[in-house]
Amino acid sequence: MFAFTVKRILQAVVVMLIISFIGFAIKHNFGDPVRDLVGQRVTATERAEIRDRLGLNDPFPVQYARFLRDALHGDLGQSYFFKKPATEVIIKKAPATLELVFCAAFIIVVLSIPLGIYSAIRPKSLFSRFVMGGSIVGVSMPVFLTAILLIYIFSVELHWLPSYGRGETVLLFGWWDSGLFTVDGLLHLVMPSIALSSIMLPLFIRLIRSEMMEVLETEYVKFAWAKGIKPWRVWLVHAFKNTLLPVITVGGVQLGIMVAFTILTETVFQWQGMGSMFIESVERSDTSLMVAYLVFVGIVFVLVNTFVDIIYGLVNPTVRVAGRQ
Amino acid sequence: MRSRWQRFKESYMLYSFLRDHMAVTCFVILAILVITAFTAPIIAPHDPYDTKTIDIMNAQLPPVWSDGGTADFLLGTDAQGRDMLSTMLYGMRVSIIIGVGAVCLQAFLGIVVGLLSGYIKRLDNILMRIADVQLSFSTYMVAIFIGAIVQTAFGVAGYDKVAVPLIIVIIGLAEWPQYARTVRASVLAERKKEYVEAARVIGLSKSRIMWRHILPNTLSPVLVISTVQVANAIMSEAALSFLGLGMPVTKPSLGSLITAGFEYIFSGSWWITIFPGFLLVTLILVINLLGDWVRDFLNPKLYKG
Repeated sequence: MFAFTVKRILQAVVVMLIISFIGFAIKHNFGDPVRDLVGQRVTATERAEIRDRLGLNDPFPVQYARFLRDALHGDLGQSYFFKKPATEVIIKKAPATLELVFCAAFIIVVLSIPLGIYSAIRPKSLFSRFVMGGSIVGVSMPVFLTAILLIYIFSVELHWLPSYGRGETVLLFGWWDSGLFTVDGLLHLVMPSIALSSIMLPLFIRLIRSEMMEVLETEYVKFAWAKGIKPWRVWLVHAFKNTLLPVITVGGVQLGIMVAFTILTETVFQWQGMGSMFIESVERSDTSLMVAYLVFVGIVFVLVNTFVDIIYGLVNPTVRVAGRQ
Repeated sequence: MRSRWQRFKESYMLYSFLRDHMAVTCFVILAILVITAFTAPIIAPHDPYDTKTIDIMNAQLPPVWSDGGTADFLLGTDAQGRDMLSTMLYGMRVSIIIGVGAVCLQAFLGIVVGLLSGYIKRLDNILMRIADVQLSFSTYMVAIFIGAIVQTAFGVAGYDKVAVPLIIVIIGLAEWPQYARTVRASVLAERKKEYVEAARVIGLSKSRIMWRHILPNTLSPVLVISTVQVANAIMSEAALSFLGLGMPVTKPSLGSLITAGFEYIFSGSWWITIFPGFLLVTLILVINLLGDWVRDFLNPKLYKG
């Protein structure tokens, strides 16, 4: 187990190095910090002087090493547009995105488990067919289209829910800008989180259903039936417990993937989170902030994946043995 | 010797296909969509690329059945006065070309990588690690990042000329690992079989065994994921276009049509967004359902992941 953990962590470090290298290469080639720092009137010699002082004339490896050292200290450079450290900008936007992901994940968990279990134990019933049919339509529906439809129905036609922004927020612990504790904020959260969950919900329902159906065919479930245990106990305690393992593994990774979909959801709803910040930074060619986001998301992905892998290795020994070859 | 056509007519595949009403319906709808998309220059009532025929006075006309609609524009017009129906047909053509093109590219990359890593032990570890890492990021994320990098690198000037091949490359690069893993998994299963050993005993070269003996036997899982991947690629393209990293409005795909109409949804012009959206969902849905049928029919052991 120790060797496995070390191997996974080493792999994570290598991946992070690659990501940071790609990020730095982009920044190095496509951004000109001097142009963004100074105005039009500064002469060429002064510019050269600034370049020299900022160390932009140093060879590539030296600059990369400096970038890495700064990144380890949490400094990912200055955002050209906001004129603030990029890390600060990202951290300020992070709560909005995290709350969105959290609410969407909540919807997914609450809905997918009962729906998945039901359609596994009653695969022929009308309701399960309806759920399965709905889930394939859901898979085929791009997340931004779901969001647009929601806006059209509930904001434009019915005027029930607000269509953009986060609404009223309260400040928690001095920095966490939360919309979870005001009615207005919660109303603003409804549509974005439904839209964001709509992409993963069908996948989870199908996953839970197929895993559960597989488990229901196994010998020990048949044995439980033969013992005359009550049906709900067989379904929930015997069968469902054992479908949880693969579901959690896949689920952990999928939750990371939801970060990608926040970019789309946030753009539709003008949600002031990291995703819309990223798209804005692309439009403003704010390479520094773009790269910072890339590195930040890279860290999140790598952490989540490594964590899930290690947990999986703990629970399921065959993975570590197979990994050793 | 019976002709190919006759053999096809008597095959089990056609029989089970015709028995499945869902698959037949989907196939018919898909065929209609593809045919109308590619005959768009002939059958479309207007030419959305021809600026001479566009009149801004016709902008935002509703569909023919609501008040103010004219029979000239069956499904209404968009904000620039282009006929929605024609624009959608042209847009669907762009979407399908990008979807199929991107899948060809990713299939090519994936098959080469999958074969190499399945058959040559030394390459296996490194290639699969790369695929793993890329898969652990979602394909959307990779596509969005590459798109963003390309946009900042080359700017917007002249973008609409190179947009189609560029997006094909972006989506192709973002989604190849799926193929690589599938191909590798079936190569690993095939290479243990006797016919490969026999080929090796005869003294055939490695590359000949790989391309002529193993590859044909790994094609059925490739076929299965290809159908679903076309739908995925069309979705990715729509997502990229929605973020402004895909097709420009002057040469719209279904995704950029939806984006363009989004601003007008608040003023009540729902048709500019909803019609292309509906068409996009129909297209993806029928491809997905057909993909399900192909998977059930061929039933290969797919890489689970």
